[in-house]
Amino acid sequence: MTGFVKAGRADDVPLLEGRTVRLGARRVAIFRTPDGFHALAAACPHRAGPLADGILADSCVTCPLHGWRFDLRTGAGMGEHPGVEAFEVVQRDDELWLRVPEDLRDAA
Amino acid sequence: MGGILVIGGGIAGQSVCERVRERDPDVPLTLLCKEPELPYDRVALSHLLAGETTREELRLRPAEWYADRAVDVRFASAEKLQLDDGRCVFADGSAARFDRAVLCTGSDPLVPPLDGIDLPGVVAFRDPADCAEIARRAACARSAVVIGGGLLGLEAARGIAGLGCPTTVVHLVDRLMERQLDAGAAELLLAAMPELGIDVRLETATAALVGGDRVTGLRFADGTELDADLVVVSIGIRPQVELARSAGLAIGRGIVVDDRMVTSHPRALAVGECAEHREVVYGLVAPIYEQAAVAAETLTHGDAAYAGSVQSAKLKVVGVDLVSVGEAVGAREVVSADAARGTYRKLVVDGEGRAAGAVLLGDTRGHELLLEQVRRRDEVDDALALLVRASEASAADLPDTAQVCNCNGVCKGEITKAIRDGGLASTQEVVTVTRAGAGCGSCKPLVKDLLMLERDGAAEEPAYLCPCRKQTREQLAAVVREHELDSVGAVGDACGAGRDCGACKPGLAYLVSQVRENRHREERHARFINDRVHANIQNDGTFSVVPRIRGGVTNPQELRRIADVAERHGVRMVKITGGQRIDLLGLRKEQLPAVWEELDMPSGHAYAKAVRTVKTCVGTDFCRFGLGDAIDLGIELERRMEGLYTPHKVKSAVSGCPRNCAESYVKDIGLVAVEGGWEVYVGGAAGGTVRKGDLLAKVDDSESAMQLALAFLQHYREQAEYLERTYAYVERVSIETVRDAVLDPARQAELLERYAIAKAAADPDPWLERHQPVHPKQFAELDTEPEPLTPIDEALAGMS
Repeated sequence: MTGFVKAGRADDVPLLEGRTVRLGARRVAIFRTPDGFHALAAACPHRAGPLADGILADSCVTCPLHGWRFDLRTGAGMGEHPGVEAFEVVQRDDELWLRVPEDLRDAA
Repeated sequence: MGGILVIGGGIAGQSVCERVRERDPDVPLTLLCKEPELPYDRVALSHLLAGETTREELRLRPAEWYADRAVDVRFASAEKLQLDDGRCVFADGSAARFDRAVLCTGSDPLVPPLDGIDLPGVVAFRDPADCAEIARRAACARSAVVIGGGLLGLEAARGIAGLGCPTTVVHLVDRLMERQLDAGAAELLLAAMPELGIDVRLETATAALVGGDRVTGLRFADGTELDADLVVVSIGIRPQVELARSAGLAIGRGIVVDDRMVTSHPRALAVGECAEHREVVYGLVAPIYEQAAVAAETLTHGDAAYAGSVQSAKLKVVGVDLVSVGEAVGAREVVSADAARGTYRKLVVDGEGRAAGAVLLGDTRGHELLLEQVRRRDEVDDALALLVRASEASAADLPDTAQVCNCNGVCKGEITKAIRDGGLASTQEVVTVTRAGAGCGSCKPLVKDLLMLERDGAAEEPAYLCPCRKQTREQLAAVVREHELDSVGAVGDACGAGRDCGACKPGLAYLVSQVRENRHREERHARFINDRVHANIQNDGTFSVVPRIRGGVTNPQELRRIADVAERHGVRMVKITGGQRIDLLGLRKEQLPAVWEELDMPSGHAYAKAVRTVKTCVGTDFCRFGLGDAIDLGIELERRMEGLYTPHKVKSAVSGCPRNCAESYVKDIGLVAVEGGWEVYVGGAAGGTVRKGDLLAKVDDSESAMQLALAFLQHYREQAEYLERTYAYVERVSIETVRDAVLDPARQAELLERYAIAKAAADPDPWLERHQPVHPKQFAELDTEPEPLTPIDEALAGMS
């Protein structure tokens, strides 16, 4: 798993919910949907709302603070607002692994 | 700075600003308000007096409106207008420059020079301060007199009588509203007055107001007297022309303007009650809108001419339906009257055979059509046939130019265009977008008809619980029942609801729990974060914790514990809430279980759409005025309601006497002790919306009051839309519907039975999940752990 770091146990993310984890200097929210895991920057670009605490449906998450929506696969904003960074997350056995983005390689 | 200076922050000034901004978003525009508040709807003052609206609701536009449109609002009084120089000097000595000025100085109440007119207790009826004074005095007055039986006088009288004060209207001439009504209609109107609690004395001239340090009565010209400790003067208005006069403008009864609304000085225009056009001064609202539109054209180099307005008046305060249009008498008159039913409909045709006026009393159907006919001066062949046609007229028959909302000056064409262009689907949307119906609201039924018409008869779009799949609460409840579904996921499998945007998942979660009487399968992913961690998320992602303090009654041990917990966990703020609770703010998710453990108090549900608080006053325990045991009843009511989820939050109160110290009148459920029993109010609100609750019933004892409150709670849980507060629900279905549902003994018993089942299965304290979390990471992230649980004594011992 070159370029990946362990992010936590898959069972620790309940179905259709999200939980955050530190990745370098940032926090990343990992979500579990029926078709797998997705990862986005943890803070909403609007007012830094905790996306991991949002409601999931239709491969999107809705920020709990003011309702901005993001595509879990791409981070794209659903509607007239900006998106968030998306990260690659994979499951190996019981563990979740996050791919470390270029800018964090040295730090990680 | 140049630009346009609008002098006067009434409806006229506001209207000029609106019309100018529609035509020119850039021209510098200053609005000068003499009263230290933003323009408000003076026409709706009678509603304020009748307690049907609030000062805030009277405001024509919020402060943002002015900021967004670069309208500079100055709260100052213009002292001097130097028109040749384009300079306005204010009372404080400062000055502003302008290219054009618009005088919208309105009018003053006409005050007769009678002896005693300055006595305390003699009030004009002109602004919110007058309203407040009238209401204050009416509350303790033994009797009130309104001098003046015109439109405004009758509205004032209705307002005062509605406050329970016996009221007499004293009028100089031989019939009420003589400017708008003929003898026939006036007679019927007179007959309707006693039922409103209003006594009328016609052909009565007031000679003096009598009293010592305050007014105690009136003396009439014939020497007789009448007691009154409140006298309201409403005999007419006088255009406010002082500023214009000192600026050297031509003055007749008002400031003389031409057809372009320009005064005798080319730099100055005048609009509204202060203006005199073709020797007419208009005192009603509809002409003001028409004048403002013409003035705005003139100011923005357009070319419009004002040809005068047809006067039309509506008696706005409930009790009598009355519309008068144009002339009340004329060459030819057709009348259809039914004294027994109290209806009177008359059409007036002038010497040239054209529609000149109408008077409709008791039955105002088709008044929009008649107004349009009079406005256009249509030729009338068969006046009786027109009158009949008007009574059968539907929204479809109105021309696009017909004014639907007289308060905000919105015509049919604007409404239908807004519906088409915006794809509007509910009356409320149309009101919000067009402002038609946002004033007195009397045109709302017509707005609804227009919507129906535009939607080809399709019913108003219902409130969908799941808007993506267009499924209503009823439809989804039927699916849940039919298939005996027990979770949000199962509902999604069955019909797709909640699968798309997911916004309705919390609503579905409530619906399933309610239909299954809390014997459902809880899926936390369908819940808002607050209901996953049982705390209220704050703007920085931290949470607030509000323990249950039933009835707002606590003790030293509890307070000490709360203080210790707050200190130990670095709570950022300890706040006393409006619901008589203590709020601990700024806690991280990981701290919640430990905080709850140390508090050792149950959840206050302050984060949920659920039964929140029951506020109380000290009642008979301590208060020397207390009539009922508010504390015990409040605590017991809270105990019986807590833990139940509801369509929206439910705030309650129990007051020990009608002084209402617990604010029961403005709660979702409010109990008030009165002599010989308890009153139960429902549908009150004192948040963004302020509404006095409706009296559901008066009952003999506290147990009956409790049963009634619980029956209403269950009724609301079963019938309201998700996120519909009780005030909106009660208003939507009417208090009569609610009474039918909860007062009938058999139906009440069924409600209480279902309440008992749901209550028995409800989780009494979700904070106990600290001992058995629904998931190991319920209160933590992937790389954090919840803080360990320690009872407060051990925790404190550990600290030292």
